[in-house]
Amino acid sequence: MKKYVIRRALGLIPTLFIIITVSFFIIRLAPGGPFAREKAVPDEILRNLERKYHMDDPLVVQYGRYLFDVLRFDLGPSFRYKDHDVNSLIAGSLPNSLILGLVSLGAALTLGIAAGIVSALKQNRLVDYTFMSVATVGISIPLFVVGPVLMLVFAMRLGWLPTSGWITGRYGMQTLIMPAVTLTLPYFAYIARLSRASFLDVLRSDYVRTARAKGLPGGIVIFRHVIRGGLLPVVSYIGPAFAQIVTGSVVVEQIFRVPGLGKFFVQSAINRDYTLVMGTVIVYSVILILMNFFVDLLYGYLDPRVSYD
Amino acid sequence: MGTHRSSDEGPILDVRDLTTYFNTDEGIVKAVDGVSFSLYRGETIAIVGESGSGKSVTNLSIMRLIPSPPGRIMKGQVLFEGRDLLNLPPGQMRRIRGNRISMIFQDPMTSLNPFLRISVQLIETLRLHQGLNRHEARKKAARMLGEVGIPSPERRLDEFPHQFSGGMRQRVMIAMALSCNPDILIADEPTTALDVTIQAQILELIQELTKRIDTAVVMITHDLGVVAAMSDRVNVMYAGRIVETGGSEDIFYRSRHPYTSGLIRSVPRVDRSRSGPLYSIPGRPPNLIELPDLCPFHPRCEQAMEICRHRYPPAYSVGGSGSVRVNCWLYRETGAGAEK
Repeated sequence: MKKYVIRRALGLIPTLFIIITVSFFIIRLAPGGPFAREKAVPDEILRNLERKYHMDDPLVVQYGRYLFDVLRFDLGPSFRYKDHDVNSLIAGSLPNSLILGLVSLGAALTLGIAAGIVSALKQNRLVDYTFMSVATVGISIPLFVVGPVLMLVFAMRLGWLPTSGWITGRYGMQTLIMPAVTLTLPYFAYIARLSRASFLDVLRSDYVRTARAKGLPGGIVIFRHVIRGGLLPVVSYIGPAFAQIVTGSVVVEQIFRVPGLGKFFVQSAINRDYTLVMGTVIVYSVILILMNFFVDLLYGYLDPRVSYD
Repeated sequence: MGTHRSSDEGPILDVRDLTTYFNTDEGIVKAVDGVSFSLYRGETIAIVGESGSGKSVTNLSIMRLIPSPPGRIMKGQVLFEGRDLLNLPPGQMRRIRGNRISMIFQDPMTSLNPFLRISVQLIETLRLHQGLNRHEARKKAARMLGEVGIPSPERRLDEFPHQFSGGMRQRVMIAMALSCNPDILIADEPTTALDVTIQAQILELIQELTKRIDTAVVMITHDLGVVAAMSDRVNVMYAGRIVETGGSEDIFYRSRHPYTSGLIRSVPRVDRSRSGPLYSIPGRPPNLIELPDLCPFHPRCEQAMEICRHRYPPAYSVGGSGSVRVNCWLYRETGAGAEK
């Protein structure tokens, strides 16, 4: 077990190295550059800028320098946001995305799993149809529709909640509600459907029949014999879902003006802000890799057939 | 191996006119259609038939473990010590399951919970039905594992099912099923999924242990070899009904129903010449949806007569002591007194 953790942790290094290398060169293959403007920049100025950011060095040298910086946890200066380095941009926005993401994911998991279990137990009854209709709606309607509709109803018409803003502002925690609900909906929907299917599978399994044949009461059958097996597919979904949700939903953060990481994903790519692109890629990759690692451990804890040798 | 029937004691399990239907998109499947049989204390009976003949559904209905929907027990009685299990409140039914009547299933690879240690799965039954504390239950669980022939039971108790072979898992299932000294053990094709070399050992184990604790056994199987080896009486099922019932010697050596004869002829035997292909009953079991009032076996029967196509045959008593009953028009003349 300890060996396994160490091996997986060491495995992180080459993975990240490959991700950094590939993204570094791919983003530079894209036409244009950080200083390209619609109006041509005078050569003199462009050369000065390039010298300032060491872009006049050969690409390999730039790559080497960047790697060296990353090793020191320095993601470099932003090419576009003057006076900001990538570290501070991420440090300023990632926590906001994390808060929104964790709240939404927590709600989606709790409600989704509960809805999945109840639907599976009451298959083809009213509750089942109700939950699954909500889930279908949640999957089909895009966030950029749900968000503005919520805003229209609860902020504009009813005036219960602020239209946008963030928890550090005037309205405090109230600002978290609508973006969190919007972001929760599709994940809730997916988790509910996933867990319903897997709980149905387990409920029909031979070993649950055995448990019933032993005379165990329904509650014990569910909690001791059904839940663990039914959760496995949901657990393997947590990894990618977590990475997606906490690195910020671009759409939701834009709609509700949440100062999160999401907008940097889009803007840095459009601006060819090379260092910021790399920064967001690294943050996303690290979270994804760590979450998958964590999920694998959790999986092994839940399923004794998984071995770490 | 005689029957343990005594004149003053009634059957411990009396199944009467048990009828279980399944609602499917294609229509109502009459999986079990008026099955009656009785089981006396300590004896072993067999229920024999092809896949889909209703053997397993019969026994799951007795335990009220039919998935519902789509399954539904339409009518009938299952009298256990005189009480109808079909009308018992759920709480009382649970006190019977795994305690007075227990089951082992066909596939030991999937019948144990892969996520729980063997100890948990054995102990939960003992604590539930026998009110033992954790320590006592664990001791008894280890003893049971030893009795079913699992070496170093104390250590293996803490292992997970995937650490056991198929035969060993079936032994664990047997230990679990017999741990509360049940009155009845229902064994649903307990050897079908196992290696041939293991099958005999498992059957022997079931026989030996149930005899020791005086447990009656309902052996569900499609393997007539199993039947011949261990059962006192045999019920042959076809298309959801019992078509022939009698002592196992009678059935095996003097089968009356053409279906039973076909089954017996389909068994490979070492004492017969190997020339020629093995016999198999032509055709396939009927679709159990919308079965009209006729003998469902007639399309496959070499001795089918006109009447077979129009009415289901009643039960005729045949044989010396009248102990064999067979639902077949062939015995209309010779069989004594048709029962409805």
